[in-house]
Amino acid sequence: MSDLAIRNLFIIPTIVFLIVFNIFPLLYSLGYSFTDFRASTNAPANFVGLDNYRTLLSDPFIWRNFTITAKYVIVSVTGQVIVGFGVAMLLNREIPFKGLLTTLLLLPMMLSMAVVGLFWKMLYDPNFGVINYALGLGKFEWLADPDMALYAIAIADIWMWSPFVMLLSLAGLSAVPKHLYEAAAIDRASGLYTFFRITLPLVAPILMIAIIFRTMEAFKTFDLAYILASQPTTEVISIRLYKMAFQEWQTGMSCALAYIVLIMVLAITNIYIKYLNKVKER
Amino acid sequence: MRGTWTGLVAGVGMTLMSTSAYSQELTIFWAEWDPANYLQELVNEYEAETGVVVTVETTPWADFQTKAFTEFNAQGSAYDLIVGDSQWLGAASEAGHYVELTEFFNANKVGDIMAPATVKYYAEYPGNSGRYWAIPAEGDAVGWSYRKDWFEDPAEMAAFEAKYGYPLGVPADWKQLRDIAEFFHRPDQNRYGIAIYTDNSYDALAMGFENALFSHGGELGDPNTFEVEGIINGPKAVAALDAYRELYGFTPPGWAKTFFVENNQAITENLAAMSMNFFAFFPALLNETTNPNAANTGFFANPAGPSGDRFAALGGQGISVVSYSQNQEEAMKFLEWFIKDETQKRWAELGGYTASAAVLESQEFRQATPYNEAFYQTMFIVKDFWAVPEYAELLGQLNNRLYPHIVGGEGTAQETLDALAADWKATFAKYGRGQ
Repeated sequence: MSDLAIRNLFIIPTIVFLIVFNIFPLLYSLGYSFTDFRASTNAPANFVGLDNYRTLLSDPFIWRNFTITAKYVIVSVTGQVIVGFGVAMLLNREIPFKGLLTTLLLLPMMLSMAVVGLFWKMLYDPNFGVINYALGLGKFEWLADPDMALYAIAIADIWMWSPFVMLLSLAGLSAVPKHLYEAAAIDRASGLYTFFRITLPLVAPILMIAIIFRTMEAFKTFDLAYILASQPTTEVISIRLYKMAFQEWQTGMSCALAYIVLIMVLAITNIYIKYLNKVKER
Repeated sequence: MRGTWTGLVAGVGMTLMSTSAYSQELTIFWAEWDPANYLQELVNEYEAETGVVVTVETTPWADFQTKAFTEFNAQGSAYDLIVGDSQWLGAASEAGHYVELTEFFNANKVGDIMAPATVKYYAEYPGNSGRYWAIPAEGDAVGWSYRKDWFEDPAEMAAFEAKYGYPLGVPADWKQLRDIAEFFHRPDQNRYGIAIYTDNSYDALAMGFENALFSHGGELGDPNTFEVEGIINGPKAVAALDAYRELYGFTPPGWAKTFFVENNQAITENLAAMSMNFFAFFPALLNETTNPNAANTGFFANPAGPSGDRFAALGGQGISVVSYSQNQEEAMKFLEWFIKDETQKRWAELGGYTASAAVLESQEFRQATPYNEAFYQTMFIVKDFWAVPEYAELLGQLNNRLYPHIVGGEGTAQETLDALAADWKATFAKYGRGQ
């Protein structure tokens, strides 16, 4: 068998798989987004032009969902970066049982979202939850309070995904040349100065990659928010999309919403990547 | 070698023949809950009688609608019959997912066999059209359970009468329901007044609110003209929402996403004096292994409102033949068996909530369990949510508007229902209803 044949043998199945399961549905749903198609009926899809996009973008409920999602992304990703990077800094030194500690800290991100959701639901329970007991908060209603519920979900997400940021940060920190710290020590540089002038700039590119991944994931979050609370103040855009597509069967409209979400995620990711390239150039 | 091949071909032939001998099979799709297990027991008896193997396939409630309609949309033949929610009638019949059963209904006089309300809400679409799409299968409605030991405690009875001026007992109206909830609401003792539905993921909040709405004399709208202005936001509906919101103040902490599981837990975990739930979940409350308070748990039908109107929100399902089934003839034969008096009686004995009027009215049924009398009373006073194809949108809008008011205290009842009326008007206009 020729090299070309072997190459094709490996590549063609993947390309076919990609076309059938990704590209084709993507284009097909783009077509549906311009129709009034409802999958629950046998009625044909009628072309409605940009009506679905117009309706969605002028719907105050949808904008509320986007605002909630943005708030969630900012709180959740910021928390993950602070906690993840902080823990990585602590682990980036000689401490006993470092390997075991690192492995244990990685456990949350290995659990399934549904399990984490149910687990935190119990922790937050005002009647028997351990969080209120430990913090002495009495019967504080984390998930029933419309102003608190979103933060409660973000806290669970921070717990779950900080280890991911920690892992990438550890890789970045271990790559910082030791002689830079030695030079800073000789120059009697303060800890803060060393952190902002050496550590952070050198770890920034890999930290940016962690932020890109976590932002994309947080923007699409569904499981945790769906399991933990059903407040209107926690209805992130993916939950609205799910309800529109699979409970209300507004197929055409939900395809349009999915494209709006896709465009937003792409736009945010592009901004990050541009910033990442700038950081790398420094 | 030839002998080997001959043997192999014969074996394959025998296998195919034996498969075809057992090809009389039916699959019924339903949600995963106790009545589905009772139905499986019932259909096992059908298999013993006829040789037709009937399997009741289930999925959790949260996925039930999505899974059913996904299969319908794909025109799949995985299910021959489906025990579908009453709200689905419009969507499933207009889309051609259900086989029309009008001829079967009339030929077998099903309308005379089943309780009138169950025929109206589980089987007929559009309303009053005389067209039928399902056979009432599992009657259900929202009723109440309560702690008899708390209600019958002499000290509590004396204290209650001293405070409210009338004896403590099963509430006769919503005013008494509210008073009793307030009386038993004692957060310092980890004891609360009442457990109501608040989950806004599907129809829980709507069912709970409907119990207040219908008994306060309110309506969702006019089912013939689809007019909602002045009805869903009329004074009676506003009073009902105020009453439901007030009850939320007497629920246990964290009662913001609760449905049948939590509301039964309110009784089993000594949390609440009274708890709203579908009758289908009451058998678990009489089982001492699942409810340590089983001996002290009582039941009552939804009380009357201020003007004496007494209604309850309808649950339950009818059984329909799926249009894409390969076994429609066999499915019809099964339905003929299912509507027989003796089958309905057996269905009730196994724990199913029959919709058969004769069985419901019999003293034997009414005295069989502590909640059957309340169930019997309720099944003649039930009303349902919109059953139009766009019911899910209407339900979502109700959840979006009511939830922040009931749980979060946002806005007034009038503002909340005005906004809901506007949403529903727009949705009905979008689908050309009432024009």
